[in-house]
Amino acid sequence: MKAQRRYIPSFHYYKRMLTGRLMLFLCSLSSLVALVPLLLIFFYTVTRGVDYLSLDFFMKMPKPVGETGGGMANAIVGTLVLIATGSAIGLPVGILTGIYLAEFGNGKFGTLVRFLADVLSGVPSIVAGVVAYGLVVIPMKHFSALAGGVAMAILMVPTVTRTTEEMIRLVPHSYREAGLALGIPQWKTTVQIVLRTAFRGIVTGILLAIARIAGETAPLLFTALGNRFWSTALDQPIASLTVFIYDYARAPFEDWNNQAWTAALVLIIIISTLSLAVRFVTRSRYTQR
Amino acid sequence: MQPETIRHTELTTSPSLADGFAPNGIKMSTTNLNAFFGELQALYDVNMEIASNRVLAIIGPSGCGKSTFLRCLNRMHEVAGGTMTGSVLLDGHDIHETDAVLVRKRVGMVFQKPNPFPTMSIFGNVAIGLRLNKGTPRNQIAELVEQSLKQAALWDEVKDSLDKSGVSLSGGQQQRLCIARTLAVNPEVILMDEPASALDPIATAKIEELIYDLKKDYTIVIVTHNMQQAARVSDHTAFFYLGRLIEFDETKKLFTNPAKKQTEEYITGRFG
Amino acid sequence: MLTRRVLPLPGLSSVKISPRRNLGDVVFKYTTLTFAVIVLLLVVLMAYEMYVESKPSLAKFGWDFFTSSTWDPVREEYGALPFIFGTMMSSLLALLIALPLSLGIAIFLSEMAPHWLERALSFLVELLAGIPSIVYGLWGIFVLVPWIRTSVEPLLSTHLGFLPLFRGAPYGFGMLAAGFILSIMILPIISSISRDVLKAVPQGQREASLAIGATKWESIRIILKDAKSGILGATLLGLGRAIGETMAVTMVIGNRPTISLSLFDPGYTMASVLANEFTEATTSMYVSALVEIALLLFVITIIVNILARFLVWSVTKKS
Repeated sequence: MKAQRRYIPSFHYYKRMLTGRLMLFLCSLSSLVALVPLLLIFFYTVTRGVDYLSLDFFMKMPKPVGETGGGMANAIVGTLVLIATGSAIGLPVGILTGIYLAEFGNGKFGTLVRFLADVLSGVPSIVAGVVAYGLVVIPMKHFSALAGGVAMAILMVPTVTRTTEEMIRLVPHSYREAGLALGIPQWKTTVQIVLRTAFRGIVTGILLAIARIAGETAPLLFTALGNRFWSTALDQPIASLTVFIYDYARAPFEDWNNQAWTAALVLIIIISTLSLAVRFVTRSRYTQR
Repeated sequence: MQPETIRHTELTTSPSLADGFAPNGIKMSTTNLNAFFGELQALYDVNMEIASNRVLAIIGPSGCGKSTFLRCLNRMHEVAGGTMTGSVLLDGHDIHETDAVLVRKRVGMVFQKPNPFPTMSIFGNVAIGLRLNKGTPRNQIAELVEQSLKQAALWDEVKDSLDKSGVSLSGGQQQRLCIARTLAVNPEVILMDEPASALDPIATAKIEELIYDLKKDYTIVIVTHNMQQAARVSDHTAFFYLGRLIEFDETKKLFTNPAKKQTEEYITGRFG
Repeated sequence: MLTRRVLPLPGLSSVKISPRRNLGDVVFKYTTLTFAVIVLLLVVLMAYEMYVESKPSLAKFGWDFFTSSTWDPVREEYGALPFIFGTMMSSLLALLIALPLSLGIAIFLSEMAPHWLERALSFLVELLAGIPSIVYGLWGIFVLVPWIRTSVEPLLSTHLGFLPLFRGAPYGFGMLAAGFILSIMILPIISSISRDVLKAVPQGQREASLAIGATKWESIRIILKDAKSGILGATLLGLGRAIGETMAVTMVIGNRPTISLSLFDPGYTMASVLANEFTEATTSMYVSALVEIALLLFVITIIVNILARFLVWSVTKKS
């Protein structure tokens, strides 16, 4: 009854085919388009930043307004001080909270904390700056590296918490059981067996968090403020690479603009090194097993 | 990748198939079909003829290539990233010479796990094939959907809840919905990949009944690891082992008096 | 300490173990719990701190704060409407550009690209996400803005100048530049989460649609329907990022508290007014008004993020 039906491709068929081809082409095209800004940004940062890249740039202090040359030694050190301060505050909170969530966090309280950590990761970094301003700058009555560190710590906590939890949860349950079966208390099992196994993963999370805060500017504007002079004191304003770029980019001197590009290049190199370190850490974990 | 010649060949079928094998003609055939997943070869030189308006069962142990063979018949094999050589003919024309979309319209497929579209209603699930192919006038869609659901023996159970989600049905109903979805496109061949393996015995019986009824209008190829099922529903049976077609015969003959030792061992349950 | 290392005599061990083990476990549990509570308190503290700081402004301006467009530090009159408008306008513009592109990328990565290409592209998109905001801003000032001023805006005004969106003098700095740069910045997050969401759609759905004679594109459309809520979630996450993005926007948007339909005109966002004026705020009312903007930003981004996470979670949970 339906023996011989002919399938002559209809007009609709060609239309469907063409639409499909066109849309698939557009999808591929958009992937290409997305790469254009990436390439452009890298291209400009490298070509415009490389001119000033010299040892002086890392060793010397900024020159006063009107003089050309100089470096940003204080800003590099300042960024490191800020990262260290932020880590000193943020890492213990993040890691221990992560351990709590992985070990005891299956109840309602755990879900709430996990949820809040996720929420915190979506909070704009400038808001963290406002909070740190209220918590540190107002009581101290002046801007300080400590305030900048607090703002950075707020930004670190969610990333570190969630990666620590996830990495601990990746440790096979049998490891834990093996420890417990030997009569080792739970906390020792966690610290000596589980954490040691998850160590590389947790380091990854820490590096990612540091890479994120190393590039932050907004939370430093009214906490660490910036400083044209050498300072490593926690209770004084401190320079940072990012604020340095911000100030120099908007300055009306071409020399400063160029230095901003070089600072951007240095910043990108630092961050890329950190992400490469992440890749290295995660890769060697796989090859080891 | 293209076969050297395109023809209907003399195939490695057993003598008893010669008469009355295909009273309605040959619907599909494969010649020197080799299938691969990357480096891995899944099928070796399969030559087979599929008779019109008959049910062909494909049996064999897991991993013998029976699903791969089925998926070569409507070019779904390439969707999973596989490649093939040799030719597959549909009404004497190589299916690789037409667009895969047109092939799949003529050679429909029902999968092991019922997979209705979760975002669509029961009606929408059946109508989707018609809607994609805009040739069907709007007022005919409802009619065709009803007809397909009736053919799939599902109409009475769902006619009052056509707006409900397709995934709200039971497993057996979902599978019949998937069959209706395939029928709506009005294919000539229906491929079924272990269509009842995820279902309970009652649902399985319904599907088997359905297969028997559908034979009037369609050519059916069914992959199954259930030999009783193959014996119950099929006219012809092919036994695959390690990627090779070992034996191909009338179902009755293959199950009662297999020509090959491997077939006998398999159907008597000595391996597989 | 040394005595602990002495092996207990058989039979005695059972007597000694339980109290000491419990103590260690209890200390461990409550130490980690304390830090978890700190995270909880941190979020509460953030909200409370900003609430307290913004009290004078909340008391003085009330709801007018959100509807008034006067921002006059000299006369101590503060209305946040221009910033709310600027944030919305720039974020929506960014979504308008980034969403189709991101969807295209997500489809390409999950449905079309071979594995090696998918990995390489995903890595590059990740790189895009890793570039600091300040570098985007720097690039914006020196590359994007001049390009927009000399090429994009003249082109738009000659061809689409009849629309109020494309009127006015081509400054370069303005809403268009902000929307542009934001779209680049949110593209990685939308595309990578959409890709994950698409990948979470079972393979059976693709095969089912192809098997009824759908073309590849039609099959993708059916899958997109399945992934709809997850993609919406990804979009909202991108929106949340765009709303809170500070440096790059501040550097290219022109920073003028005006409300204008034209994309060529300078604007101001909630985040950028904080970045620019917080250190200059001399009076307590000025600071208070700024903190109120920060509080608003906090609340908006939290709501957007909660919605987004819920949507993404509801999709990826199933797989």
